[in-house]
Amino acid sequence: MLRISVFAFLLCLTRFAQAELSIEITGAGEHQTPVSVIRFAGEDESQRISEVVSKDLARTGLFKLIDPAGRAPRDASAVNFTEWNGVEALLIGSVTQQSGDKLFVTFQLVDTVRRSELLKLTVSSNKQQSRAIAHHIADRVYERLTGTPGVFSTRIAYVNRHEGNYRLVVADSDGFGEQALLSSKEPIMSPAWSPDGTRIAYVSFEQGRAMVFVQTLSTRERVLMAAFPGSNSAPAWSPDGSQLALVLTRDNSSQLYLVGVDGSDLRRITFSDTIDTEPTFSPDGKSLLFTSDRGGSPQIYSMSIDGGRATRLTFESGNSFSPRYSPDGKNVVYSLYSGGTFSIVVHDLESKQVQYLTSNARDKKPSFAPNGKLVLFATESSGRGILATVSSDGRVKQKMVAQSGDIREPVWGPFIKAMN
Amino acid sequence: MNKLILGMITVSLLAACSSPAQKETTSTAPAAPQASTAADTSATPTSAADSNVAATSNMAADPAAADAAAAKAKADADAKAAELALLDKRTVYFDTDIDVFHDADKEIIMAHGKNLGKVFLLKARVAGYADERGSSEYNLALGQRRAQNTKKALVAAGAKEGQISTVSYGEEKAVATGHDESAWAQNRRAEISYDIAK
Repeated sequence: MLRISVFAFLLCLTRFAQAELSIEITGAGEHQTPVSVIRFAGEDESQRISEVVSKDLARTGLFKLIDPAGRAPRDASAVNFTEWNGVEALLIGSVTQQSGDKLFVTFQLVDTVRRSELLKLTVSSNKQQSRAIAHHIADRVYERLTGTPGVFSTRIAYVNRHEGNYRLVVADSDGFGEQALLSSKEPIMSPAWSPDGTRIAYVSFEQGRAMVFVQTLSTRERVLMAAFPGSNSAPAWSPDGSQLALVLTRDNSSQLYLVGVDGSDLRRITFSDTIDTEPTFSPDGKSLLFTSDRGGSPQIYSMSIDGGRATRLTFESGNSFSPRYSPDGKNVVYSLYSGGTFSIVVHDLESKQVQYLTSNARDKKPSFAPNGKLVLFATESSGRGILATVSSDGRVKQKMVAQSGDIREPVWGPFIKAMN
Repeated sequence: MNKLILGMITVSLLAACSSPAQKETTSTAPAAPQASTAADTSATPTSAADSNVAATSNMAADPAAADAAAAKAKADADAKAAELALLDKRTVYFDTDIDVFHDADKEIIMAHGKNLGKVFLLKARVAGYADERGSSEYNLALGQRRAQNTKKALVAAGAKEGQISTVSYGEEKAVATGHDESAWAQNRRAEISYDIAK
């Protein structure tokens, strides 16, 4: 039996009123696998697990959700395969509630073409975590059908600015289940997940200027990492979680520094008199990408973490900002300002090909999902900042419109390892 | 609101500190901040009239010297009013992705630098800002450069290093919310604020 006790830590965070979220999907994958999700037996009508699974799968653009149209086999053995022409996979499940608020969900994924069972599992958690169970099931189904781990159980962080109030928010990857880590009258910027997903580094102006804090999600404890004169900003974690790259202006211009997560061994690694900012580590931890105007306009550069010569990566017409590596290190996504608009652009490091994933007016701050299949970014709709995702091939786009506030600075969190 | 009140207190403090020997001149200052240009001599009719009255009473002794004294008093009053008008301006502006403020705003910085140089107990803070066309972090860095360059100019004009702190808000705290050049131009700025020394 698989327990997803990892989600228990989320209970420690204060949950505030669930914001209504509307999700709009455009585009479709090159090949959409037709699947059908049967309503789970015994599921709570107000919190339907099968519905959350369906929506997760639909959002990827890789699946075509076929209405079961009344057909409701309760077990793989009860499936009449002749009824399911045009459907390649079928998800069947049942929910039982035990000892008060404990839920057990058993699900089966059936290959209706080969007439075989692909997956059969039981997951359990508290009743309050039924969305987490649903995301977990969607992850397993997605992985079984595509060969790539799903990211439905991962989390995202962003800043919600509403009527002069800033909130640092952590939410499920579908934007539901918002929880505020910090609320402030002063700006909050640049949240960055630790590689193990347990901590978030960010910039807060609560003490009158930009300072870097590191906060633990489970305990809400936080430490002030950097408060040198001037601005302290742009935290980035090394892949092993032992170091942070930071930007400090204590020696005048914004320069890159490395520091141990325990605050030890602070050292400057860029020595320009121009702006160097937005460092991000390569997945192997050996080099950094950053934004610099050393060539006259803001562009992306790469450099060894030991310092030394920086190599310019972007040569598009316009200004380039906010680079992030794909999890496999083969691509770099960034925001390109050109001709009056911000677009999300992906740069293939081997072929040096550049592809526009989006071309809206104000698409900023992209980050890859931990499976590399989606890119999360900030955009605008009707004058408000909102979250959006685009598949890494640019085919499927999704906008997530929250009820209130101006959403900015999103960043996709890592895979969370189950702690069995 | 608090900022405004503090601003008013600071202006009075500046006036009181910088010219204790010319009380009657500074007393005309409250009208001065409304003056549209520094060189507008017609902006202080009251002080000019007062000077004429004073000149008339001295005419019998030495009319030429009295005229000269009156003219000097008027010029001093005008200069003071112009300076206070400049001190009332706290914001300088920048071109896109440029960290040196507009030439047109130089005299504002000169006036603040001079005043800080005269009143060592004053402390000032320079906050740099940027428009939205960049990443938040790049804009934070740009705002910091704008604040630092503005501080340098204040120091060159007479302020002491230690009197001025700098901060950047980048694209945060925009004064204009539009997505066009007129909004962006208002947001590319550095703001000077005074703290009363503790």
